[in-house]
This record gives sequence, C-alpha cells and structure tokens, in this order.
Amino acid sequence: MSNADIYHEMIVDYSRNPVNYGKIEDHDVTFHDSNPLCGDSIDIDLKIADNKVTDIKFHGKGCAICMACSSVLTEITKGKNLEEVRKIEKNDILSELGLEHLQAVRIKCALLSLKVLKSALYTYLADHLDDSQDIDKLKEDAASLY
Amino acid sequence: MQSTQSLFENLRKDFPILQRTVRDNKPLVYLDNASTTQKPNQVIDSISNYYQNHNANIHRAVYALAEESTEVYEAARDKIANFINIKNRQELIFVRGTTEAINLVAYAWGRPFIKEGDIIVTTEYEHHSNIVPWQLLTQEKGAKLEYIGMDDNGELILDDLDKYLATGKVKLVTFSLMSNVLGTISDVEKIIEKCKAVGVLTLIDGAQAVPHMKVDIEKLGCDFFAFSGHKMLGPTGIGVLWVRKSVLETMSPFHGGGDMIREVHKYETTWNDLPYKFEAGTPNIADVVGFGAAIDYLTKIGMDNVRAHEIELTKYALEKLSEVKGLHIYGTKDISKRGGVISFNFADVHPHDVAQIVDGEGVAIRSGHHCAQVLMERLNVAATSRASFYIYNTKEEIDVLINSLNKVAKVFKL
Repeated sequence: MSNADIYHEMIVDYSRNPVNYGKIEDHDVTFHDSNPLCGDSIDIDLKIADNKVTDIKFHGKGCAICMACSSVLTEITKGKNLEEVRKIEKNDILSELGLEHLQAVRIKCALLSLKVLKSALYTYLADHLDDSQDIDKLKEDAASLY
Repeated sequence: MQSTQSLFENLRKDFPILQRTVRDNKPLVYLDNASTTQKPNQVIDSISNYYQNHNANIHRAVYALAEESTEVYEAARDKIANFINIKNRQELIFVRGTTEAINLVAYAWGRPFIKEGDIIVTTEYEHHSNIVPWQLLTQEKGAKLEYIGMDDNGELILDDLDKYLATGKVKLVTFSLMSNVLGTISDVEKIIEKCKAVGVLTLIDGAQAVPHMKVDIEKLGCDFFAFSGHKMLGPTGIGVLWVRKSVLETMSPFHGGGDMIREVHKYETTWNDLPYKFEAGTPNIADVVGFGAAIDYLTKIGMDNVRAHEIELTKYALEKLSEVKGLHIYGTKDISKRGGVISFNFADVHPHDVAQIVDGEGVAIRSGHHCAQVLMERLNVAATSRASFYIYNTKEEIDVLINSLNKVAKVFKL
C-alpha cells in the first residue's frame, strides 16, 4: 500500500465533514486525551440512558486519519449498550476504513478516539458502579490499545 | 580551487545515506535537518577508527591507549572551542546535547541562585528544552517564568523584555539564537545589550544557529551558550555547554561521581578543576571524537559558505512554496532575518497527512508541534509541516518537494 493510497475517498470525506462532530452540553460523561507525540487532541462527550449510549459527539484537532476514525467510532458507538461499547476493538475501526495495515507511527492517530471513548466509559462506570474489577479491566483495555 | 557551487555539488558523495532510496525506489530527499542532520563518512569513520584503534577510558590510566584516548578527546574540545571562538577551553563542558546543557544550568546555577519572587524570562518561540527546565525551577523556588512575545512576522517583541527588566527582578533571560520552527534569527545584539545594561545574565540556545552560520561566543557577550553535535553532521548524544568562567566558578556541581572530584572522603568531597567538575562519569568519548570530525568538515567548507548556500536554497524554496495555491508560510520573508527552516500549512490538510503523502515520494519533512507547543498556541495551530535544509540539499530536491505537494493537493482535492 503506498502512502497516498491510505487517503481514499472515505477518509478525505470524513476529514472534511466529520460525523457527530461537536459538543453535548448536558453530557453524562466527557473525556479528553491527546497524543503527546503529534499533538492530536480529542474530546468525547457521551449521553447515557438505560445503560445505552444515546448520543455521542467528539471535537478536537487531528489529522485526516484521526478525524475519520473518530467519526466512524462515534457512528459505531451510538445506540450500543455499555457492554457492547466495551467490546469495541481497534480492528472494528481500522477495518471500517481499510486501515488494517496502517504503519505503526500512524496507528496512534487512528486509535486516539477509541482510547478516549474507553477512558470516558470507565470514568462513567467508576462514578456509577462499584465493581472495581470492571474498571480495572477497562483501564487495561484502554492502555493496551497501542 | 573549486568554485563554491561545485563544492556543494561534490559533497553529497560523502554522505552514504543520501545514495539510498526509500518507498518504492524513490531517491531520498532529506529535509528534516532542523531535527537532525545526516553524517558524512569522515564522521562515521572517525568513530569506527576510535573504537578500532584508540579505545580506552580517559584521564586516568598511564598506558599508551589511555594517553591516545585522552588526547583525541581533548583535541576535539580545542577544535570546538576554536570553531565558535571560545578563548578559554576550561569553559567548554561536554554534555549529551542542548537539553542536558540547559538542565545543567537550571540545576547547577538556578537552584543556588534563584529565589522566591525572582523572574526568569524566555520567549514564545522556544523549544520545550528552553521552557520546561525553567518551569521546574521556578515552580520549585516560587519564582516566575515570563515570556517575550512574538509578533505576527515571527519576530520577538522586545518591548516585553524592557517591561520585565524594569521590575528589577529578572535573574536570567534565555532565548534561542534561531527558532527551530520559524527559522527566525533573534536580535541577539539588542537583547544582550539590554540585559547587560542592568546586569542580567543571558543564556543562548544555539542548537539551530551554530550548524548554519558563523557564531562567535566572544562577540555575542552572553553568559551561557548551548548547542548539539547531531544537528551539525556530528553523532547524537553529544553537545556543548559553554559558561563564562566568572559565572561557572560560582556554580554547584550537576552530577556527582567519577572524574568530577579532587578528593573524596567519607563525608566531604572537593571538586576537580574546570571543566571536569561538570563532566562526571566516563564521557561519550567516541562521539566527542566524531563531533570533532564534524567540526573539521564544516571548517573546511567555511561557515560563511554554509550560510550563503542555505540563503540560496531558502530563497528558492520560499519563492516556489509561495506559488503553491493554499499554502501558508509562517514567519518572516526577510531572508536576512531567517535561517533555512520553513514551517507551513497546506489549506485545511493536517500536517501529518501532508508529511505522509510527500513521504510516499521519498521526501522527509517533519510534521507536528516541533517541541514548541507554546509557539503552536501563539500561532493558533495544532501543528505545522516543516522543511529544513542543510549543506547537501539542492534546488532539485526542493522541486521534488513541490511536486509531492501537488500530489497532496490532488488527494485532498484542493
């Protein structure tokens, strides 16, 4: 795969017109993280009801890969229950955009929003559940993403 | 005698890495020289030769190898001192690089002398290595860190400096001679004149300047000066801190250990002479030797020729880049006030995406915040793309960059 091939139509479109971009003022949980190497920075707001993600929005600054993956992630997440969200894996995002073979230095761009989502989820669970094992597992998940 | 043009054309063959191809057989176009430069055979061979023929620890043993090792290590110190006109070799301390040099000053000078309420002044276009050590120091001491602002042309606003100096609380003004992002060359004469008038010490981060122009420490008149070997053809992991002797003599040690001592007893120690008081442990001998070889190489070319070559390239690049529709160049267009570092953004395309696509054409440019997030905030951007030149770059390589940017435009439908 040549470098320019990564930037197929879908990626470029998503980066120009990100989906679910913005803020949820009355969110139930919000989380921010950045990539210290490149400065990409993502915030995710979640609205949660009946153990389900009823709304999700993201905002921040990032490259086309980061923006496209964030858009896809929010699309995948919306409407899922928390257990399903927890099970979202990196390949769910990468395969959606044909980025399975993305080079190592760009993987962090692709997965930053997934890390933020998982971190938001455990922040929420920490406030609403008292099963600390669950939270530790989630933290592990988030940390092992890349 | 060969013309300077053929001099620059011929020297490419000294750099083995420039002969290789990348990404589907594309010739390498290396334009990330502000980050680190490539190494000529003369430097690579000097390091091999040291390990093959002279390797031994320095300053101690009496056998032949140890004597030779000490000799080549100290000879490099003299070469470097001579290169930037340091009159007293005792003032030249070998460190890992500019970052360690500045941390050494913050620790060994800053900790004893900075008190609550004191002010340290830096600038908005510093590298993190000239910001974070001062944050750590001022936070520990209850002192304050202030910034000389930057105007929209990428030049420092020296009225800010006047304002801070007028408080009478400033103990140090620290700034880079050349910005690693914008290439702006600081108005060093004015800054030092203002500081000297009120007896304030100055530190210059010379990491970006020394590789690219003639620098004369005596003439500058600062008190601390730091730079790195790897940005000027030398190996990584070796750099220089120079401190004016009258200041150096007041400083506490940085690292404690071997070679920095005169006598060690159970509960007290006396220090070795300068500069060894600040060079604890076995130093990076081979890379000091390699650094010396880099200095020889640059001396042979002549720093005025280096600067002239880069002005030529930068002029050409600025001209060509200005013709690319949607491309925004940061910093001054006045070539006399800038070095061969050009930061830009291309329409709404993120710098990482720009860098990735041009990499596909063999062009290595940097994208990101360039360890200058304070400056990124000032410019109100997350990141920039940056092309930076050195002695071996050519106008043809700049053409390759421009062509690869056209590919970016195509992919992103600009």
